[in-house]
Amino acid sequence: MIDQVEVNQQLMFDGESDEKQFLTFMMHDEEYGMDILAVQEIRGWEPVTTIPNSPNFVRGAMNLRGTIVPIIDLRMRFGINAIEYGPLTVVIVVSVKIKEQQKIMGLVVDAVSDVYSIAEEKAKDVPDFQDSDNAYFVHGLVNVGQKMVVLLNLEKVLDLSDKSGLKG
Amino acid sequence: MSIDLSQFFDVFFEESFEGLDAMEAELLNLEPGTEDSETINTIFRAAHSIKGGSGTFGFVSVSDFTHVLETLLDQIRDGQRVLTAEHVNLLLKSVDCVRGLLSALQAEEEPDLSESNELKARFEAILGDESPEVVEAEQSETVSEALQSTTYQIDFKPESHLFKTGNEPLYMFSELAELGELEVNVFHDGLPEFLEFDPEDCFLHWRFFLTTTREEQAISEIFEWVEDDAEIKIEACGGLFEDESPSEQQPSASSTSSDAGNLETVQQAPAQSESATNNEQNKQAEESLAAVQKKVESVKSNKAESRKSTDSAATSIRVGIDKVDSLINMVGELVITQAMLSQIGDQDITESSIAALQEGLTQLAHNTRDLQENVMRIRMLPISFVFSRFPRLVRDTSQKLKKQVELKLVGEQTELDKTVMEKLSDPMVHLVRNSLDHGLETPEDRIANGKNPVGTVTLNAFHQGGNIVIEIMDDGKGLDTEKIRSKAIANGLINESDELSSEEINELIFMPGFSTADSVSDISGRGVGMDVVRRNIQALNGSVEVTSKQGVGSTFTIRLPLTLAILDGQLVQVATHTYIIPLISIVESLQIDITKVSKVGKGLEVLRLRDEYIPILRLYDIFSHQGAREELDKTLLVVVESDNYKIGLLVDDLLAQQQVVIKSLEANYQKVDGISGATILGDGTVSLIIDISGLIKLSGLRRPGSTELLVDLKGEEAEPA
Repeated sequence: MIDQVEVNQQLMFDGESDEKQFLTFMMHDEEYGMDILAVQEIRGWEPVTTIPNSPNFVRGAMNLRGTIVPIIDLRMRFGINAIEYGPLTVVIVVSVKIKEQQKIMGLVVDAVSDVYSIAEEKAKDVPDFQDSDNAYFVHGLVNVGQKMVVLLNLEKVLDLSDKSGLKG
Repeated sequence: MSIDLSQFFDVFFEESFEGLDAMEAELLNLEPGTEDSETINTIFRAAHSIKGGSGTFGFVSVSDFTHVLETLLDQIRDGQRVLTAEHVNLLLKSVDCVRGLLSALQAEEEPDLSESNELKARFEAILGDESPEVVEAEQSETVSEALQSTTYQIDFKPESHLFKTGNEPLYMFSELAELGELEVNVFHDGLPEFLEFDPEDCFLHWRFFLTTTREEQAISEIFEWVEDDAEIKIEACGGLFEDESPSEQQPSASSTSSDAGNLETVQQAPAQSESATNNEQNKQAEESLAAVQKKVESVKSNKAESRKSTDSAATSIRVGIDKVDSLINMVGELVITQAMLSQIGDQDITESSIAALQEGLTQLAHNTRDLQENVMRIRMLPISFVFSRFPRLVRDTSQKLKKQVELKLVGEQTELDKTVMEKLSDPMVHLVRNSLDHGLETPEDRIANGKNPVGTVTLNAFHQGGNIVIEIMDDGKGLDTEKIRSKAIANGLINESDELSSEEINELIFMPGFSTADSVSDISGRGVGMDVVRRNIQALNGSVEVTSKQGVGSTFTIRLPLTLAILDGQLVQVATHTYIIPLISIVESLQIDITKVSKVGKGLEVLRLRDEYIPILRLYDIFSHQGAREELDKTLLVVVESDNYKIGLLVDDLLAQQQVVIKSLEANYQKVDGISGATILGDGTVSLIIDISGLIKLSGLRRPGSTELLVDLKGEEAEPA
């Protein structure tokens, strides 16, 4: 609860121009954040149509009001064990520019958490943990109250043609 | 250069290309000697508006070139010059040239001026080399008026407060135009940034070339009111101003004095030229004009280089207002239906309201279908957009081949989706060239065969049950089945022992690497012909066939779906997944007779179907789906054809057939092998559309060697079973 209060206070001092808002979500008990301006909407999980011969983290394609949107399981993208999708499982629909092309994609995460205003320069670089591929996706680490939030680099997470961050 | 004119470029280019098309079409209608003024006028108008537009936007290379074009056309229009075949050829070439210049400008490239300069020189040669009668006429004219016409160069550079003194330059210009022939050049290099732009200030200055019989006094009178508020220089063209750069700035103080000085020289100039011949003077004027224009050109081209590049990839489409009106009507009806339905929804459900609901839903379905059809119609354009390029092509090609050809166009108003149209154009050009080159005989041969020496090529388009059919007919010698057969045997496409019907032989010309032309010409016959045509048309979900009768002619028939946005699909089930197979590629669907299935090589199964061997592709295997039926006798086989290959796709079940709207999967994802797109089914779920030729490639990749097997099977196929 104390954390919540702090967060709300932070939100109130939103006027600072160098602060950006981040939507955070939970995955494997960790909190991750993404630039809120990239987020289009948040939906509950619905079954999708499998795309044949796609990487395992691509769950399939969904009909988003007439647009075909690929759905990516972020756990699998990061190589975290898959879990059963439950009522809290959500799809965060984001619009990201990948290689000069604006793409709309859906990300399956365990649950959405909160919105924080974070000054970007407060974000710390990822420690150099060489054996982790996932460092590649991370934009920086930031402390919010007692918690640590991992800020993601969505462009890298969603650039499916880029294999450099992938396991195997 | 600070007003962003580039926002109008697209419109200008579009209109200019349309103008060029119109010019081309009219030029082809022109028979030398029998020109009617209306046709010439149309051509003139098109050239004129291109010149005007390009001048406005600073495309000097285009406006300069069209200027000479226009001069020639003007003379023809006024009857001062007789149109010759050479003129028509030259004009046609210049249409191409302008098109090239404009395309280069559109792509923001530096246009290649060599061709336009060469053509311009030829035009100038024609214009300079005036036929005696014309000169005579001109002289008699001038004699009767007892006056000499002189070209004046007038520089008009108003102070910025010109408008505030209540002067309207436009009035002065129209007065100037009344004095004689006026050419106006505007310099807008003084324009400030948009934010600093004051609409009440004048930032432009002008240079005129006025050819008039009037005294210079008459010109300076026009400028009398603005004398104190502007720099005005009036000079007779005669080399006096050659050293000046067009954008050179003169201090205003000296302008009045130089005016006075110039007055004298100008007064002298006509006196001198009176003794000189008309021609000489004209030449002088032209020379100095060219010098000025060259300078303008260099100044402008420097500016053009610094211009920022903008993207012009998006194309636009012109829609008739009637189509838009009918759409608005439809939407109106739809809104009424929606209102009706929501009214029913607000009431308590009773038995009578259910009936009304059903009725409303029927109406809604009706409205939606109408709306869909009408929206599709917006993308439809008459096929004359493709046909219109053929008169030119036939003319040029027949000249090159020394054949006499008449081109008939039938059904030009048949409508077709714009995207299909764009992709149709190349295959059609190929087929028409083929007909001209291989199909039609030389006039001598035709006379020898008792035919009209003028061959006929007919392009015919019509609708037939949701498809558009385009026929390319010639009355030439037809396909030589013997020659095709021997060629096919030589190329190893068929065996010598194979007995083929003439239709089957004709089909062979669509095989890769097949060309019967005795000599490779630059028109056709490189052996990359018909198979590419067929592939391109198949890529549009269409088909191409040939029928031919020796000595009578051949007909190529292209069948295409009206639109690429909608597809007739067969829904099939594979495990828990639903896929769509384009109906057009399905040959048949059947239950497998296990006794006719045999295994070839590395686990490839083939089914003997009548006298063909059909390789069986297990869709669940290719798409890596679990839980599908694997036993051949419990599944269904959908035989599909693509690129002349027949393959059987193993599916669990056949579901409904329906029209599906094609959506891009690539837009937000990436290309998926074996899948051409996606669609949304009635229940809102996404279903993927199978790309047959992609699937064949995919299966070939997964099982190396299987493509060879397919080719081998093709050879066996011809054997009598």
